[in-house]
Amino acid sequence: MAGFAPSLAKPDTQQSSTSSLIYDPKVRGIFYQVLTVALVALFVWEITQNTIHNLEKANIASGFGFLQGRAGFDIAQTLLPYSSDSTYGRALLIGLLNTLQVAFFGIITASILGFVVGIARLSKNWLIARLAQVYVEIFRNIPPLLVILFWYKGVIAVLPQARDSIALPLASYLNNRGLFFPKAIWGNGAWMVGVALVVAIVASIVIFRWARARQARTGQQFRSGWTAIVLIIGLPAATFLALGSPVTFDYPIAGRFNLTGGSTVGPEFISLFLALSFYTASFIAEIVRGGIMAVAKGQTEAASALGLRPGVTTRLVIIPQAMRIIIPPLTSQFLNLTKNSSLAVAVGFADVVAVGGTMLNQTGQAVEIVALWLVIYLSLSVTTALFMNWFNAKMALVER
Amino acid sequence: MKKTILSAAIGAAVLGAASAASAATLADVKAKGVVTCGVSQGIPGFSNPNDKGDWSGIDVDYCRGIAAAVFGDPSKAKFVALSSKDRFPALQSGEVDVLTRNTTWTISRDTSLGFNFRTVNYYDGQGFMVKKSLNVKSALELSGAAVCVQQGTTTELNLADYFKANNLQYNPVVFEKEADATSAYDAGRCDVYTTDQSGLYAIRLKMKNPDENVVLPEVISKEPLGPAVRQGDDQWFDVVSWVHYAMVSAEEFGITSKNVDEMKTKGGPDIKRMLGAEEGSKIGTDLGLTNDWAYNIVKTVGNYGEVFARNLGPETPIKIERGLNALWTKGGLQYAPPIR
Repeated sequence: MAGFAPSLAKPDTQQSSTSSLIYDPKVRGIFYQVLTVALVALFVWEITQNTIHNLEKANIASGFGFLQGRAGFDIAQTLLPYSSDSTYGRALLIGLLNTLQVAFFGIITASILGFVVGIARLSKNWLIARLAQVYVEIFRNIPPLLVILFWYKGVIAVLPQARDSIALPLASYLNNRGLFFPKAIWGNGAWMVGVALVVAIVASIVIFRWARARQARTGQQFRSGWTAIVLIIGLPAATFLALGSPVTFDYPIAGRFNLTGGSTVGPEFISLFLALSFYTASFIAEIVRGGIMAVAKGQTEAASALGLRPGVTTRLVIIPQAMRIIIPPLTSQFLNLTKNSSLAVAVGFADVVAVGGTMLNQTGQAVEIVALWLVIYLSLSVTTALFMNWFNAKMALVER
Repeated sequence: MKKTILSAAIGAAVLGAASAASAATLADVKAKGVVTCGVSQGIPGFSNPNDKGDWSGIDVDYCRGIAAAVFGDPSKAKFVALSSKDRFPALQSGEVDVLTRNTTWTISRDTSLGFNFRTVNYYDGQGFMVKKSLNVKSALELSGAAVCVQQGTTTELNLADYFKANNLQYNPVVFEKEADATSAYDAGRCDVYTTDQSGLYAIRLKMKNPDENVVLPEVISKEPLGPAVRQGDDQWFDVVSWVHYAMVSAEEFGITSKNVDEMKTKGGPDIKRMLGAEEGSKIGTDLGLTNDWAYNIVKTVGNYGEVFARNLGPETPIKIERGLNALWTKGGLQYAPPIR
């Protein structure tokens, strides 16, 4: 190579240096990239300038100063303290937390349900496999908005009125205003229970690592799973009892209009959460089924030949390989669920879009609020994607 | 507007047609041949489409009045149904020429939103509707109730203020569309529905059993409803305002759609002046219209009293008395400056 290249380059260097620069693919590449960046920057700058110019022309106040103003409206379900005296910024934060809450619980439930249904579709039992198939085909083929309205108007709205609430175990009630259950009020020293839980979790992780290292060294197995379960449940429970059960409950009781006291989950949250979970689970089920079917049959046969039982084969041979195929499309489903949560507007759940919509109307700051929405959803999606990429790298094939 | 074509196109994409519509709305309307009004998605008596898509209501007739004044033809009005959330961006961006959509005139809407209000075509106030079976007699008994309300309205803010001022607890259930909020109330999701009192009477008619609902006596706010236009276009603002004043003046003079032709020839000098029958009068042309602008409004749409009676009055299913909306000569608040 070293002796070959100069003889080719020689004729070029004898021509004028400008024309050689023009025909140099590297220089050309850089030129077009700079040009593209400059054009995009100019485009963005023009949009910004023009928007500002037009807003000024129309006498519309602009900027983000309005976020410090008093909101003046109330929100039904809030995770942090909030009243109509709070600022617009805080109202938006409450909306964001509501979005995160429904997305978080939705993702967990959809994953569990999706895995169960996906594996059930591959079951050798005809009835289980067909039931799972019917589930997938129904929920996959209905728009998510209709699934939300189905739960809100079709299921929850026909529950009894507050006066005829359905009594559930543990002093809980269900009616068309939501689910009511006792609220725990922690007494003195209750924080020790939390400490015990953290200690148990840390101890379990240590035991897992030790057991794995020992198995790699000696081949001896240790029942670390059972030990961890006993630790995580047992240690806080023992602490709780040793402290003399420092908890009291605030029970829901019938008020003039509705049940009062206790904790409430509104029908808006319930219907949105159930709809997103059921809808997304049908897609996850298909991804799981596809992932499992993509693992070569030889793997199962090799495991059987080694004498592994079917359950162990699934858990230790099939699933770990299937996960590598499942995780990337799973990420898209998590992102979809988070974004679909903006359909909350249809049932009046105070998510970030609904709260932002109210703010938009009260302040008229349309450009600013739409920009905030975009930034919020973009950040949520990027964060989820980064986490899933990390998880994917962790699950990837480790070559020894 | 000294911007390039490129930026104008981008600006239009970002902000609707704000750049094009900001200056001379009257000229734009004349060029288009139609006046575009933002109206509600369906409030009986104010702006409500029937099953054929024909609109009726007091706000709709206001818009037809504008069309009659500009074109001499009330049918040259186009209606754009807007949710309470979408109405302001629609006006700001120039999607509609005027918002005749039972919108409350407040200082912040007049200033920071960049709008202008002047006339009030319906004086309203916020009230509450509850189920009769709850046996509630006053709004002060509503502590602990779930309240259905439409998103992004002054109603939502007044509700928060009223319950806070009276130390009452409540649970707001907020919907973007009025229809969703009312159906949730009807289905029993809420104990209370709140909006302007005129709206409550109209909405009560849509309930499964209208007689099971009762409107509480309290009026907790002032809601002057009137048309809004964009700031910075005084000519168009004048046209929109004087359409209302012409309708009120006509009622005051006793001019109706039936006797307007007779009045034009036989009326007193002030009536002749208003209807454009005065020699050498420039009232109409100074407004940017023709001299028979007021005649056209009254002839084709009617005076304020006729419009009220047709859409809201005791003869309609809504059955609202004139009350605050009577003429000032009859103890109400409707008053028009002189047309001279």
